[in-house]
Amino acid sequence: MPMKHFQVVGRKAPTESDPEPQLYRMQIFAPNRVTAKSRFWYFLHQYKKMKKTTGEILSVNEIFEKNPAVVKNFAITLRYNSRSGTHNMTKEYRDTRLTGAVDQMYQEMAGLHRARKESIQIITTNVVEPKDCVRPSVVQFHDSKIRFPISHRRPRVEKRFKKTFSPFRPNTFVG
Amino acid sequence: GELACTNRRPVKMPFTRFVEIGRVALINYGPEEGKLCTIIDVVDQNRALVDGPYGITGVHRQVINLRRLSLTDFKVKIGLNARAKSLKKAWAAAGVQEKWAATAWAAKRASRSAKASLTDLGRFKAMLAKKTRAKKVKTAFNKLKKSA
Repeated sequence: MPMKHFQVVGRKAPTESDPEPQLYRMQIFAPNRVTAKSRFWYFLHQYKKMKKTTGEILSVNEIFEKNPAVVKNFAITLRYNSRSGTHNMTKEYRDTRLTGAVDQMYQEMAGLHRARKESIQIITTNVVEPKDCVRPSVVQFHDSKIRFPISHRRPRVEKRFKKTFSPFRPNTFVG
Repeated sequence: GELACTNRRPVKMPFTRFVEIGRVALINYGPEEGKLCTIIDVVDQNRALVDGPYGITGVHRQVINLRRLSLTDFKVKIGLNARAKSLKKAWAAAGVQEKWAATAWAAKRASRSAKASLTDLGRFKAMLAKKTRAKKVKTAFNKLKKSA
């Protein structure tokens, strides 16, 4: 599911004794504003004594990528529940948008650790300078003279031309 | 015991076209199909950041999957994340447009799209042209056959 980046600001409902309650702001990755508000309360009521019924959300703003034309390295620190415990992780991704890196993270966690979205909490996200990156899968692309061939080209066949049987093995070499 | 190492690296790779900064590629799938673009940065194993340049080929700066690219033999000299202006200059310096149009690949694409966009009159004219040519070939052939 493509994630969007929201800033949600909320507070406890004002009362006579507390007419100006403390504001709390969270950055939430969610597919839409409705889910963003829901996740805001999910986290807020774990940290502070307020919930959806006792509080109010003042604003939900979508945050857009400042420069989506530049490739960046993102580090995402997360916490997830596995079948037998809960663990912290720091993962690095290369992408042009933070939301793209977050999508990659959810996909990777699902694939490698069978962790679904509900079990994952994103703690921090950062843009990382190439010199500070750690993961080899990201560091290997930090080369201003990067050069690699497409060594295994899988032919793209239109659905209507797909055959069950073929007399030839596919040719994956394009040069 | 020690393994007898018979693993010799090939001196020359069979690959001639590489994903690299400055490589000109043809987009072979999607809304920008058929347009040329330049790889200006590599995101990861499967994706590259690509730019037309927009002013020349009509491809905006975007991330595209390498599966949607067919690499060409042409390369322009640019730095990492080149700006549109320097990219245009590099294209002009390398003469990519002319070189591409001169390739058999581009000529085949052009002729195929021309054929596909023929009207009925066009197809009729093509049929007549084929008949005229075939007649000329056959008369010349038969003459040779007779004289042989």
